[in-house]
Amino acid sequence: MDKRISPISKLFLVIVFFILYAPIFFLVFYSFNSGGTMSNFEGFTLDWYKELFHDVRLLIIVLNTLVIALLSALISTVVGVLGALVIHSVKRRQTKNTLLSLNNVLIVSPDVIIGASFLILFTMAGIKLGFYSVLFSHIAFSIPIVVLMVLPKLMEMSPTLIDAAKDLGANRWNVLSKVTLPFITPGIFAGFFMALTYSFDDFAVTFFVTGNGFSTLSVEIYSLARRGIALNINALSALLFLFTMLLVVVYYFITQRNKPKGMGVRK
Amino acid sequence: MENKLSRNLYMVPYVLWIVLFVIAPIFLVVYYSFFDIEGNLSFINYQKFFTPVYLKMTFSSFWYAFLITAISLLIAYPTALLLTKTKHKQLWLLLIIVPSWINLLLKAYAFLGIFGTYGVTNSFLEVIGIGAQQILFTDFSFVFVSVYIFIPFMILPIFNSLNELNPTLLDAANDLGASKWITFRRVIFPLTMDGVKSGCQVVFIPALSLFMLTRLIAGNRVITLGTAIEQHFLVTRDWGMGSTIAVFLIISMFLIMIVTGTRKRGV
Repeated sequence: MDKRISPISKLFLVIVFFILYAPIFFLVFYSFNSGGTMSNFEGFTLDWYKELFHDVRLLIIVLNTLVIALLSALISTVVGVLGALVIHSVKRRQTKNTLLSLNNVLIVSPDVIIGASFLILFTMAGIKLGFYSVLFSHIAFSIPIVVLMVLPKLMEMSPTLIDAAKDLGANRWNVLSKVTLPFITPGIFAGFFMALTYSFDDFAVTFFVTGNGFSTLSVEIYSLARRGIALNINALSALLFLFTMLLVVVYYFITQRNKPKGMGVRK
Repeated sequence: MENKLSRNLYMVPYVLWIVLFVIAPIFLVVYYSFFDIEGNLSFINYQKFFTPVYLKMTFSSFWYAFLITAISLLIAYPTALLLTKTKHKQLWLLLIIVPSWINLLLKAYAFLGIFGTYGVTNSFLEVIGIGAQQILFTDFSFVFVSVYIFIPFMILPIFNSLNELNPTLLDAANDLGASKWITFRRVIFPLTMDGVKSGCQVVFIPALSLFMLTRLIAGNRVITLGTAIEQHFLVTRDWGMGSTIAVFLIISMFLIMIVTGTRKRGV
């Protein structure tokens, strides 16, 4: 294969990267604008950030978002790992495929459908819209992702490991805690992490099932943005951008650290 | 010997999740689609759906989704192809993916500033002599922003399938006298069809249903299926009609998945 890249191709890549990043840096840039708009830059200021940190309502919303993300990621990881074990334990091919298809329904469904159907569900079940409805829906749509992260690790694990453990007198609990779980730990971490980011990023589902009193960051950004341009949203996005970069770095290190270790166990 | 009941206790949470959050919601959506706004059992929603108003909306929604998918593919394929030729390609890929982790609403919000009446684009158009245009709240801005948001999702699967391509095949084509274009058309493209298909799938289905973009960027000029569902559920509170549209969205989702389905079996 031709490994050289022609100047035109390079230019194309540069343009793609520029378009991908320009809007983000544009937002961050104008968060320092002392004028109130996103069109002419008057002078440097940190006022929007100050305003952000003095906005108690917004801080509560940030806290809500974090609590929802952590709780839903934690619970969905537990259920997701159990789910992966269930799917892995099923021997009949047809049952397995059915379970997998059911598992993937929420992944491929558009958010609007998930949101609308959960809204009906919670209303019918008499659950008041608010913290719990948001938490339950976040748990619900994160579970299949965790399953998909954990299942390949389970498949990768050689059944002889379990046989060996059993031969050596381990009971079911020992097999699970001493052999299976340590082996699939990288998958569990990846699943937890994905669940965290899914919950953090979700807007559409939350928008449907959140009541009047409760709001997450995404929903808040939407209602702010519908009112028009306000530079404290820019300041907020700059902070979120930093936070996202932090997550990327963490994720990068998790996957990097797990790679050699996972391979070491496999052999 | 442990009894069978306690052995299978671990299955409960996951199976409960499948029943409550996968099967029940779909069933509820279908169930609600048979009720009119007063709560009487009727087929009125389905009759309404087959009137020109809704059919036109469905058609335009599909048309926009098609445009968005096609343009994303046209940009994403060459980008993915060039990325596989760079040094440190995994790093570049990571940089392509990073913007997709940033909250979608913030990216949409950035374009409110970029495309606004006094925004950067208009200043630029003024400078080169075209003069200010109304960009925001047009079909163009909707398609542009959607493509912007979906490009990373299109690049990722294509990149992966290109990356798995066995380079000896390209050498073989080269040895047998194929030109670069023939190699691409007869070898590279057919072998990366799976990536293209799954890319189209992850773009097309959300493109049918993203309501926040149409609300923020397209004003109310573009109404997609998702916008209509959100409208019926949260604004007019006509859950029956909203569910009916949701049923059709689910059906089209399944059709798309069958069309773009890869032949890989299992996981």
